[in-house]
Amino acid sequence: MSGLALQNVVKEFGAFRAVNNVDLTVPHGTFVCMLGPSGCGKTTLLRMIAGLDLPTGGAIRLDGEDITRVPTHKRNLGMVFQSLALFPHLTVGENIAYPLRIRGAAKEDQKKRVDELLSMIHLSGYADRPVAKLSGGQRQRVAIARALSISPKLFLLDEPLSALDAKLREAMQVELRQLQQKLGITTIVVTHDQREAMTMADTVVVMSGGEIRQAASPIEIYRRPADSFVADFIGQTNLLDVQADSAGRAEVLGYVVPGLALPAGSNKGTLSVRPEDVHLTAPGAGALTGKVTFVRDLGGTIETFVDIAGRQIVAVSTPRARPDVSVGQEVGIALTPDVCVVLKK
Amino acid sequence: MRREPPQTLGDYAPLLFPAAMLTIFFVVPFGTMIAVSFFQRQQGGFYTPAFVFDNYARFLSAFFGGVLGFSLMLAIIVAICCVVLALPFTYMLTRMARKVQVVWLVALLSILSLSEVIIGFAWSTLFSRTAGITNILVALGIMAEAKALTPSFGAVLTGMVYQAFPYTVLVLFPALVRLDPTLTEAARTLGASPLKAFFTVVVPALRNTITATLIMVFIFALGSYLLPQLLGRPQHWTLSVLITDQAIYQSNMPFAAAMAVFLVLVTLGLVALTVIAGRKGEAA
Repeated sequence: MSGLALQNVVKEFGAFRAVNNVDLTVPHGTFVCMLGPSGCGKTTLLRMIAGLDLPTGGAIRLDGEDITRVPTHKRNLGMVFQSLALFPHLTVGENIAYPLRIRGAAKEDQKKRVDELLSMIHLSGYADRPVAKLSGGQRQRVAIARALSISPKLFLLDEPLSALDAKLREAMQVELRQLQQKLGITTIVVTHDQREAMTMADTVVVMSGGEIRQAASPIEIYRRPADSFVADFIGQTNLLDVQADSAGRAEVLGYVVPGLALPAGSNKGTLSVRPEDVHLTAPGAGALTGKVTFVRDLGGTIETFVDIAGRQIVAVSTPRARPDVSVGQEVGIALTPDVCVVLKK
Repeated sequence: MRREPPQTLGDYAPLLFPAAMLTIFFVVPFGTMIAVSFFQRQQGGFYTPAFVFDNYARFLSAFFGGVLGFSLMLAIIVAICCVVLALPFTYMLTRMARKVQVVWLVALLSILSLSEVIIGFAWSTLFSRTAGITNILVALGIMAEAKALTPSFGAVLTGMVYQAFPYTVLVLFPALVRLDPTLTEAARTLGASPLKAFFTVVVPALRNTITATLIMVFIFALGSYLLPQLLGRPQHWTLSVLITDQAIYQSNMPFAAAMAVFLVLVTLGLVALTVIAGRKGEAA
């Protein structure tokens, strides 16, 4: 099989299990984002793929070949570190040529490839500058070019954009994704920024506690989260308890949602409904009733906080569909099955 | 924190104490020595104030030139040996657990607490025929019979490297600890074996530190005068030995002073050359 495969990968640091039985298949040319809170094992997993850490158990295969014990320098990777790790004693061009020089490429070929990469990252003519003289975004690009200079089989990035300011980060996300699509290279990015993952990835892998909670396309993860952790971690959501009433219908805060099914074989669960799917109506029958506690008008979007029997629900709407509500007012919230996701408890 | 440059004379007051100390304990004795180096020696007596170049003229002979050359060469070899041994050692030490580091550093510091005399006699015992390490080699069947390894150039070199090694490690340690460990990891992901990564990333990134350490060990080794006498033959004696001999046993203060001044000048010249060469290398 072409691509990367992780099979039951385990990593233990003493008694602590940082990565627990991870199984993952990454087809050739896919852009994967590993997403999770700090300490969830995503960086450890990336380091094992790179060969910088050895797994305690399991196997890592690349294009069908077992590379679990292959030393890092023989894996033909490109990796971008969080600190970028540009070599301070080398110029921009020498940094990018480093992997070629180590492999004994001819001087002219090195120069040709460096020029090619510099034009790709829009830094033509920067070859002779010392890296210390570059701005944050330029260093970022040089680190990416250096990692790509041998056209590696795998492109790994560990929190690559975390040092950049918000605007530059957003621009680099788009650029990185376009670059990856142009080169068709299998790419794995570790990030804790879900926006970054949604922007770039073909597949988002949500991790927590050393385990994969869900691996799917960004929209699938957003629309159909596997559990309440994923639902809460990706975007904003309202989580409510749901249970079966005496007739077996799904009941939320004493209100029956018509047509909503509970998880098979269970009479309770957690309901996830995205703020943009919460529609405010006039209070009355056929809707949950609550009181508005706060209205946050952000210009582009308006968030309305509604208190229903002690539970806070957030509704988001655009200025055009601006709900005519004020703090203290009674409002109704209609829930329809198509916007609700019921998760196992 | 940004500080104002000193405005009034009072702002310079904190400098007075170190300045006074430096003047009393360094500038004055050194000035005296320079003055004495031009004095006229009285045969069988002491010396009288004068301004003659006799002492320097006497130094410019093949014999003293040879000794000076040997002293410089010995110091350079000691400096190179120390850095070549200490750099990989310290690099690996900084990658070890904190506890292991402490044990090693304490052990190295305890070598520093040994006096040169103890180091000299310890090595002369270790290199002796009757009680030396060759006996172990004989017992292991590697050597046919025990023999004395001292006095010899190798013995002098070993003793001096042993003495200077802890200094070298202590000077290199902070720079290596500060070196970003992801630099070597990055080199490995880019295709360099650990050994290649060490030579293409760690060594060049620390070029300035390495130069500074070489100079420090060189100067440290240049002053050594006990170990060459304890472990070497007369041809292994350094200029420092001859200076002591002239000053104490021959009572020729002016000549000893002249040699000392000459040694200082040559050393300063070499250090300046190294620094200039380092700057040039950086600019290129």
